[in-house]
Amino acid sequence: MDKENLKPQEPTPPEPINDSKFINIYLVPILAVVTALILGAFIIWWVGGNPLLAYKGLLQGAFGSVRALSETTVWASPYIFAGLAVAVGFKGGLFNIGGEGQLAFGAVAASWAGYALPGIFHAQIPPILHILLSVGIGMLAGAIWGGIPGYLKAKTGAHEVINTIMMNYIALNLTSFLLNGPMKDPSPSNVIARTPLIAESARIPAIFPNYRFHWGFILALALAFGVWWLLWKTRLGFEIRTTGLNPDAAKYAGIDVAKTIVIAMSLSGALAGLAGAIEVTALNYRHELGFSSGYGFDAIAIALLGKNHPLGVVLASLLFAAMRNGATKMQFLTQIPVDIISIIQALILLFVSADAIVRYIYRIRTPQERVVYTRGWGK
Amino acid sequence: MDLKRSIFITIIVAFLYSIVILIGKDTTQPLIILTSMIATTISVATPLTLGALCGTFCERSGVTNIGIEGMMLSAAFFGWLTSIYLNTIYHVTPLPSLLIGVFVAILTGGLLGLLHAWLSVTFKVDQIISGTVINILATGVTGFLNRQLFFEKGSIFGGNVPHAPGTLPIIAIPGLSQIPVFGKVFEQQPIAWTAIILVFVANFVLFRTRWGLRTRAVGEHPRAADTVGINVSFMRYINVIIGGCLAGLGGAYFTLESVPSFEPLMTNGRGFISLAAMIFGNWTPLGAWAAALVFGAAQAFQINLQFFRDLIPPQWAFLQQSYIVGLTPYILTMIILAGLIGRTTSPAADGTPYEK
Repeated sequence: MDKENLKPQEPTPPEPINDSKFINIYLVPILAVVTALILGAFIIWWVGGNPLLAYKGLLQGAFGSVRALSETTVWASPYIFAGLAVAVGFKGGLFNIGGEGQLAFGAVAASWAGYALPGIFHAQIPPILHILLSVGIGMLAGAIWGGIPGYLKAKTGAHEVINTIMMNYIALNLTSFLLNGPMKDPSPSNVIARTPLIAESARIPAIFPNYRFHWGFILALALAFGVWWLLWKTRLGFEIRTTGLNPDAAKYAGIDVAKTIVIAMSLSGALAGLAGAIEVTALNYRHELGFSSGYGFDAIAIALLGKNHPLGVVLASLLFAAMRNGATKMQFLTQIPVDIISIIQALILLFVSADAIVRYIYRIRTPQERVVYTRGWGK
Repeated sequence: MDLKRSIFITIIVAFLYSIVILIGKDTTQPLIILTSMIATTISVATPLTLGALCGTFCERSGVTNIGIEGMMLSAAFFGWLTSIYLNTIYHVTPLPSLLIGVFVAILTGGLLGLLHAWLSVTFKVDQIISGTVINILATGVTGFLNRQLFFEKGSIFGGNVPHAPGTLPIIAIPGLSQIPVFGKVFEQQPIAWTAIILVFVANFVLFRTRWGLRTRAVGEHPRAADTVGINVSFMRYINVIIGGCLAGLGGAYFTLESVPSFEPLMTNGRGFISLAAMIFGNWTPLGAWAAALVFGAAQAFQINLQFFRDLIPPQWAFLQQSYIVGLTPYILTMIILAGLIGRTTSPAADGTPYEK
């Protein structure tokens, strides 16, 4: 027997934890999506559908043709804006569930500016100026709608989660009131709660004649870069991130925490308002009641799936847009209601936020640091 | 409940009641209007009361629960589904169908409570996110099943919504309900009565029993509680499940007591408003009930004003707009949360996972 083996064995050093950036940033979200899709397949099978056919339909509907691709980008652009809105909030330690209301209010304000401003000024407004005014007013409306909960949080400690939700209901009631009353499309044949069409000068021109692909998607991509630059390359971004990580430390470092909270929430609201304003000026040319249902809530899942990083938000938005867009084809092929997508998205959200489950299923080690998204009441 | 907040509650309720009475007094006796307002207030406050009790149990043990909305919505759907299923497919008579429906609703709430506890206690997921997951999941599942079961061809109910077995019967308190006119206040449906009883039961459990003391200890200072041998995780699990059951009962109110039908998103933010009620009530059952009654009054204001729409004087024309009047509970929530009427203090460990 070899003498070497009789020696007491040196304890082998623990294997270095393969906790590379790749696993943390990409692998867990991808596995979360995969797991949710597998569970979704079970649900489809359980209600009597063919999961493979369903997912094939989903893929075809989302990417199967140029038109499908174009429609996917149409879905993706509000998702990117709204997802960035939620991500900016999270970076500042604020949970903005109010995207829905901010988006609706941005859309209402932009359409008002789109159809009413020429009448107020008694003049044609040059197209570029009119577009900028409409979009700007839409963003402003969103910023106010997000800023109010931010102000209440900064001044009174009232938790932004409940207040943004209350602002959602207030926005829903107010838009219903406006679109059924003062702002209703006055054309005699109209029975729908919608605004008049906005003036030609307020419309962002289409890029291709036969496809709905529009400038909003390109702007969304540019803005994703802008948000990244703002958060990681500017003083304001640093202040927002520091406040989000640790408000006490931020205060100690001389950052005006209250002001930063108001700015972060207003910025978040402005982005969500922009989502609504772009839908009006670049796509629908009017606001109709109920068109925005769901964007605000999907945006939460998108921000979490994208790990609150602009690039992640863009990728997650494309995924969600593909699912929403492909769902119609899927329903056509398999008679599975499109609502299945909501369940799959909720499951994605579940697995992304509870990444411990994914890590447990796929035996991935847990990182040491924990990401803090929000804080409890009044803290 | 301190003096400041009691006065606030009285003023708000008196203000809302008097507007309706002033508008309607020309055609209806003020006492009749007042009775109707109080009866509606108690009835519509039911899900808010139960939701606030749910929040109180969860947060007293240290777990924030913003998933109450989703718990109520799911419970409303599955309770209703059960009652219809029993009544239509198995021809069970209405009352047992409804009662089993209520039981299933409670069970649904309890299971979602278990999910919330599993995520936030075992996996230490951010509790606000975990609650949001429950809300989004509830919207998706109820919307999907509602369409799949009732509106798809070849579905179990043949593509249409079958006749529901009605709502739970009114229980009148003997004696009190015989009072002329005002006796109507004492004719409420069973979940409304149960909610009121549960307020006092919860108050007793939380502040007069060993279980309540342990629950509060776990919510205030889990490490100290752990040191003296209290199982923090177990206490949190059970309290969140109890809370879920309470929210489930609150959900049953929507489809088995209030109206005999289900609509997607029908809970309409009640789960979130009940959290505001819990905060305003300083995390006590009695306080939460008082706050829930304020929100109930705001809703009763909206409902009763509808009867007198044509009598509203032109200078108050905005009151004719149901969308504008409908803002009352939401604005009230924001005012209350802003702490304009006295700050309250949450349990110290509320919202933070316990790391051993």
